[in-house]
Amino acid sequence: MTRRPRGLVRIGRLYMAGVLLFLYVPIFVMAAMSFNASRLYRLPIDWSVTWYVALAGNEKLIDAALNSVWVALVTTVLATVLGTAAALAFFRYSFPGKRVMQLLLFPPIAIPWLIIGTAMLVFFFWIGVGRGLHAIVLGHVALALPYVVVVVSARLRSFDPNLEDAARSLGATPWQATRRVTLPSIAPGLVAAGLFAFAVSFDQFVISYFLSAPGVTTLPVEIYTAIRKGFTPEINAASTIVIAVSMTLLMVVARFYRFGGER
Amino acid sequence: MRLTAQAGRVKRGRDRLAAVAALTGPAYLWLALTVFLPLSAMFYFSFLSDVPFGKRVAELTLENYAAFFQESFYRTLMLRSFRLGAEVTFYCFLFGFPCAYVLAKTIKGRWREALFLLIILPFWSNALVRVFSWTMVLRGNGVLETFVNWLVPGVGSLNLMFTYPAIVLGLVHSYIPYMILTCYLSLEAIDDSLIEAARSLGARRHAVLWRLVLPLSFPGILAGAILIFVPVVGSFMEPRILGGRAGTFIGTIIEDQFTAVFNWPLGAALSFLMLGFVLLILLFVAPLARRAA
Repeated sequence: MTRRPRGLVRIGRLYMAGVLLFLYVPIFVMAAMSFNASRLYRLPIDWSVTWYVALAGNEKLIDAALNSVWVALVTTVLATVLGTAAALAFFRYSFPGKRVMQLLLFPPIAIPWLIIGTAMLVFFFWIGVGRGLHAIVLGHVALALPYVVVVVSARLRSFDPNLEDAARSLGATPWQATRRVTLPSIAPGLVAAGLFAFAVSFDQFVISYFLSAPGVTTLPVEIYTAIRKGFTPEINAASTIVIAVSMTLLMVVARFYRFGGER
Repeated sequence: MRLTAQAGRVKRGRDRLAAVAALTGPAYLWLALTVFLPLSAMFYFSFLSDVPFGKRVAELTLENYAAFFQESFYRTLMLRSFRLGAEVTFYCFLFGFPCAYVLAKTIKGRWREALFLLIILPFWSNALVRVFSWTMVLRGNGVLETFVNWLVPGVGSLNLMFTYPAIVLGLVHSYIPYMILTCYLSLEAIDDSLIEAARSLGARRHAVLWRLVLPLSFPGILAGAILIFVPVVGSFMEPRILGGRAGTFIGTIIEDQFTAVFNWPLGAALSFLMLGFVLLILLFVAPLARRAA
C-alpha cells in the first residue's frame, strides 16, 4: 500500500473545509442578520429578536407560510400515493412501453422550471383551471412524482417478490398482499419519499410564482416579492425559518434513505 | 382443454394490463395534464399572433420566431445566457471536482457520510433563500466588505452587489453540490488499486490524473455539467436578485413576457428557442458521452 504524503492529504482536507465554508457562511450570515436590531444591517450586530416579533404580527407572511404548509401536505399525500402505485407497477410487471414510461419521468425534472411553470400558466389559463393554490398543488405534485417513483423503486429493489407470491398462495387478494406484506416492508422508503415530496413542494419557488393568484401565495413567492420591493430583516427571519425547516426535514430523510453513499 | 388454457393465458394477460393501467394510470394522467399537455399548448401558442382568449382573434404566424432572428437584442441575450451557463458550469467543475476527489479518496467511514450529507443538504434546501443570503454578504458595508477591510485596511468599497460576478457567484453557490455529487459517485466507483498500480508502474501524479482519473470519472463530470448548464441557462430569479440592472438574460425576458408585458406567444417562442438550443448542445455532447461510456 503506497501512502500519499500527509501534506497533500491535509491540503485536500483544508480545501474541503473551504468549500463547506463557502456553502454555509452566507446562510449563517443571513441567519445572524435576522437577530440584528439594525434595519440597515449595520455591523457589529445588535442582538435582538425584534424581527421575529414583527414576523409573528405580519399576517401576509403568516398566511403565506400556512399556505406553503398546506400545499406541501396535500402534495405529499397525492404524490406519494400516485408515485408508489406507479413504482409498484414497474416493479411487478414487465409490459410494452415500460422503458418509455420510465423515461417520461425525466422531463419534469430536466426541463427548466421557467419553461414548465410558464407552460402550466398558459395551459391552466386556457382550460379554465386558472391560478391559485389548487393550480400550485397540481404543479407541485407533477414535480414531486418522479422523485417519489425513484425513491420507492430504489427501496423495492431490496424487497423479495416471493413474499408477495407466498401471501397470494395463502389466499390473500392482490390488494391484501400489497397492503399487508409489500407496503409495510417498504415503509421506510415511503416515509423518505413523502418527506422528499414535502421538501420539493415547500421549497418550490418558480412554479408557485407563475401559478399564484394575486394576494394568495406561498412563502417563497412572498419572500421574493418582498426582496424585490425592498426588504427589512423580517425577511431574514422568515428565510431563516424556511431554511431551518427544510434542513431539519432533509436530516430526517437522510435517516430513512441513504443518498448514494455506501455505509 | 387446450382452448381453456389459452383463454386463461389471454385472461391473465388482460388482467395484468388492467393492473398496470390501474397502477400507473393516475400518475401518468397527472403528468400529462400538468406537464405534457401544457408544453404542447405552449408550443401551439408560440405560433399565434395573440392569445386565443375571449374575443381576441389569434392567427397562425411565424412572427414570434422571426422576432428572435430579426432583433439582435434577443440574440445577444440568448448568447449571454449560454455564456453564463458555460461559465457557471466551468467554475462548478473547477472547484467541485477536487472536493469530490478529496471526499471519495481520502476520507473514510462515518466522516465521509457526514460530509457527504453536509454538501448535499443545501442543495435540497430553499434555492431562493440561499441566493438571498448572498445579498447579506455582498451588499455595500456588508459582511464581505467589512471583513476585507479588516484584513487589508483601506481597500474601501468592493461594489460587488448588482454585478455580473455576483450572479456567477450566487449561481455557483446554488449549483456546485450537483457537480460534487455526480463526480463523487463516479470517483467512488474507481478502484483504488488501479491508481496504485499506475503509480507503482511509475506514472507521475499528473499523468494519473489526466490519463486515468479524469477519463474514468468523465460520465460523472458530464452528468453534473448537464444538470447545471440546463437550469442556469433558464435562470431568472438569481439574476434578478443579485444582478439588478446587470441581470438581464433570456430567462428574465421570458419571465417579463408572462408577468409584465403579457406577450405570451413571444414568451412561448423564446422558451422553445432556448430549449431548442439547449437540445442542440446536448446532441453535440451525446457522442462524447457514448465514447466515455
